[in-house]
Amino acid sequence: MKHENWNGFIEGVWQDEINVRDFIQTNFKEYYGDASFLAGATPRTNALMEKVQALFALERQKGGVLDIDTDTVSSLTSYAPGYIDKDNELIVGMQTDSPLKRGVNPFGGIRMARQACEAYGYKLSDKVEQEFLYRTTHNSGVFRAYTDEMRLARKCHVITGLPDAYGRGRIIGDYRRVALYGVDRLIEEKKKDKAKLADGAFNTETIRLDEELFQQIAFLGYMKEMAAMYGCDISSPAANAKEAIQWTYFAYLASIKEQNGAAMSLGRVSSFFDIYIERDIANGVLTEEGAQELMDDFVIKLRIARHLRTPEYNELFGGDPMWITEAVGGMGEDGRTLVTKNSFRMLNTLYTLGSSPEPNLTVLWSTALPANFKKFCAKVSADTDSIQYENDDLMRPDYGDDYAIACCVSAMKVGKQMQFFGARCNLAKLLLIAINGGYDTTSGIHIGPQMNIMDGDKLDYDAVMRRYMIYISWLSHLYVNTMNVIHYMHDKYAYEKTQMALHDTDVHRFMAFGVAGLSVVADSLSAIRYADVRPIKDENGFVVDFETTGDFPKFGNDDDRVDSIAKEMTHTVITELRKNQTYRNAEHTLSVLTITSNVMYGKNTGATPDERKAGAPFAPGANPMHNREENGALASLNSITKLSYADCRDGISNTFSITPEALGKTEDERIDNLVGILDGYFSKMAHHINVNVLNRETLMKAYEKPEDYPNLTIRVSGYAVNFNKLSREQQREVISRTFHECI
Amino acid sequence: MSIVGRVHSVQSLGTVDGPGIRFVVFLQGCNLRCKCCHNPDTWDMNGGKECTAEEIAEKASRYKEYFGSEGGITLSGGEPLLQADFAREIFRLCHEKGINTCLDTSGCIMNDPVKALLGETDRVLLDIKYTDYELYRENVGCSMAKPLEFLGYLNEKKIPVTLRQVIIPTLNDSEENIGRLREIAESNLCVEKTELLAFRKICQTKYDEMQIPFPFAHLPTPTSETMDKLNKLL
Repeated sequence: MKHENWNGFIEGVWQDEINVRDFIQTNFKEYYGDASFLAGATPRTNALMEKVQALFALERQKGGVLDIDTDTVSSLTSYAPGYIDKDNELIVGMQTDSPLKRGVNPFGGIRMARQACEAYGYKLSDKVEQEFLYRTTHNSGVFRAYTDEMRLARKCHVITGLPDAYGRGRIIGDYRRVALYGVDRLIEEKKKDKAKLADGAFNTETIRLDEELFQQIAFLGYMKEMAAMYGCDISSPAANAKEAIQWTYFAYLASIKEQNGAAMSLGRVSSFFDIYIERDIANGVLTEEGAQELMDDFVIKLRIARHLRTPEYNELFGGDPMWITEAVGGMGEDGRTLVTKNSFRMLNTLYTLGSSPEPNLTVLWSTALPANFKKFCAKVSADTDSIQYENDDLMRPDYGDDYAIACCVSAMKVGKQMQFFGARCNLAKLLLIAINGGYDTTSGIHIGPQMNIMDGDKLDYDAVMRRYMIYISWLSHLYVNTMNVIHYMHDKYAYEKTQMALHDTDVHRFMAFGVAGLSVVADSLSAIRYADVRPIKDENGFVVDFETTGDFPKFGNDDDRVDSIAKEMTHTVITELRKNQTYRNAEHTLSVLTITSNVMYGKNTGATPDERKAGAPFAPGANPMHNREENGALASLNSITKLSYADCRDGISNTFSITPEALGKTEDERIDNLVGILDGYFSKMAHHINVNVLNRETLMKAYEKPEDYPNLTIRVSGYAVNFNKLSREQQREVISRTFHECI
Repeated sequence: MSIVGRVHSVQSLGTVDGPGIRFVVFLQGCNLRCKCCHNPDTWDMNGGKECTAEEIAEKASRYKEYFGSEGGITLSGGEPLLQADFAREIFRLCHEKGINTCLDTSGCIMNDPVKALLGETDRVLLDIKYTDYELYRENVGCSMAKPLEFLGYLNEKKIPVTLRQVIIPTLNDSEENIGRLREIAESNLCVEKTELLAFRKICQTKYDEMQIPFPFAHLPTPTSETMDKLNKLL
């Protein structure tokens, strides 16, 4: 198949089938040079950005939400076109009819939409209330099917953050397909897939898929209508770089208008765009400055994307994030780097537009990446604290070279794999429930197998482990069943029509489970094993505290005695989860990631044998507990490298904060050393790292005087936030974390 | 039989004690009592923890992936020359594992075990505390001839040296001092680099914990302007 808009591209199978990877591999041009070619922001970009900054300031003043359209249900074509500055925008399209104005999306749950409006002083209109009066939302569907035990598990927070009242997200449409093929071709292919279904037997699976395909095709049509409202015809392939970026953005925009999923990630677009930019530059119709402008405008659009959330949601996922994650860099399966000039331009937006949490820029690190690119990444990290790194050498064998990251650390082949997001269970609370024989002291709820309370003067490691295993096995069964209910109902009542239209029809599904409190549990079990832990009981005989005497190895010191406990724990959990069948035969995966919910998880968990006080925050993700590291930064990193990615295929998150002084004396040294740390950490098969190069004092100042630090960005747990958008509690927790300092 | 020594602590990420990323081991025990000392907790010869050379080398090897072409292990202290046999054995084992070795010392001891240690040393960070005999005697407690003699030996053996000095206002923050430091550096070909470190007082808490006075508590720390100015004279 040929199209005139493809002129100048090298031909390949990508023309005959939907195959963006093949297009990239056939046409991209790797870049080994340094950052000196980059252009700065143009006056036009600066002027536009000033308007955006003013809007951000207004949004902050108004308590975090600028405006809400309470009359309209968000969908692809439900709002008139919106602009920041119509005549000066290169890339157009807005979620509602005005920047930062939030739409309501009640498909996940009408109650959530209502409460979110009320939290910011608005009232959901009667019109919308009426519309949803006789409509089943995802949320009501889930609660029809939840068992009593599922409700209890939710209530006592042993499983928390489940997407049962909001959009599940974590699905990445292959938004590039719209640019490369145009919507008409995509519809044509989907129609072929639908027709093919008739050849087989019609059973529950196929009938469901048949209806889904109907919806996908319909929404591809709405996407065209939406673009037409902005004066663009996206039925054909993009003819140049500007159109390629615009078409791709329309596809993403359609998705975030349709869905308010927790994480609405972008995928891996930078080097794809580079092919169009290179063609335009070769044709003499685009300059370097122009190319940067296009990327800047695109990124501005991503930075103003918003979803309406409730305060309870923010408590779990602080900082108003969208997780517009863009994977940059990485290596190809043939050994060529996928770093292009546009990989640099994407990172350069942190200079042209200033540092920012969104898009969630994620560098796919390989020890084989070009040295110049590594150095540029390290410099951007040290300057902006806005990048995270994930191990391409670790993921490529499983996901090939055209995967992206959903949310923080969840890898998936773009357009070929998706996941059912499952938040996380609280391993530390589960340990306490096990010790108390099926009683949660924090909530006063009896849950799980009912047994005697473990007593005696000293907890016995083997006895505790035997007991803990029973509860892990029980919870795994409950957790999988609960997820099955949620995702059955999400598919039924809030199916992602736009995003799934940008996937292959035959898609691979993951079911992503998670654990919180891993380092608390590892240290607690280590204390029980290597020190003396005496349970302290309340008047009813329940264990509410512990007296720990003697020293014990702590996670984060490169000490195999405790690191092996952490590793074994994740292995046990995924093994138990796998024993339970999943909805749509999804593949079980596990993450060690908490977002900012480590604060909330800690708040709901009693005192633990590792001497952590009741209610005290957990460490985020896979991090060692705060300030228990005694051998410096690399020892802490080494402990984390021992967790197995095979057991934790949904990602292992680590947030690393270091002072500039500890990283080296001069800027050049700091850059080289950061590259060295990343190379070392990843060659030990670690999965992920957030890098912050800053002083605790800066954060303390920002805590005291937030108005002086409106744009202070820091990496937290798989994403970045504006420090001042975190709750006070979350800010205090971030400040209390370990900062690796120079002694 | 394995050699046992006394270790104060380890720092797995060292970026200021030698080139590249370094695994820094602070050995216990010091023969000097420098008034500017920022690690008084390393003085006691009987303090710290006992470790074997194998244990230390094994720990260092856990960080090999981070070292790159420049980094490696650094032995600091305390005064590592006091445990020269132990230090030599650590370095020998590290060399077997392909790890670069660096010694951070005052250079005030010279004997056969020290010579053997230097045979396994890839770089020396030599702390020339003052360039004036009187100041040296007064504030370090031994003769400045010793580190100079040590440097002479390094020069003879062609062991690369980074010369270091802590800049302490009123004592050695003068241009004359930097001039003398330059002379020392230039007359010893083995010196590849000279580093000036700013005197800091965060060690006050350690003195407080040990309930002993910090002799230089009254002195100011140098400004970054002073440091820049002196660095330019190098």
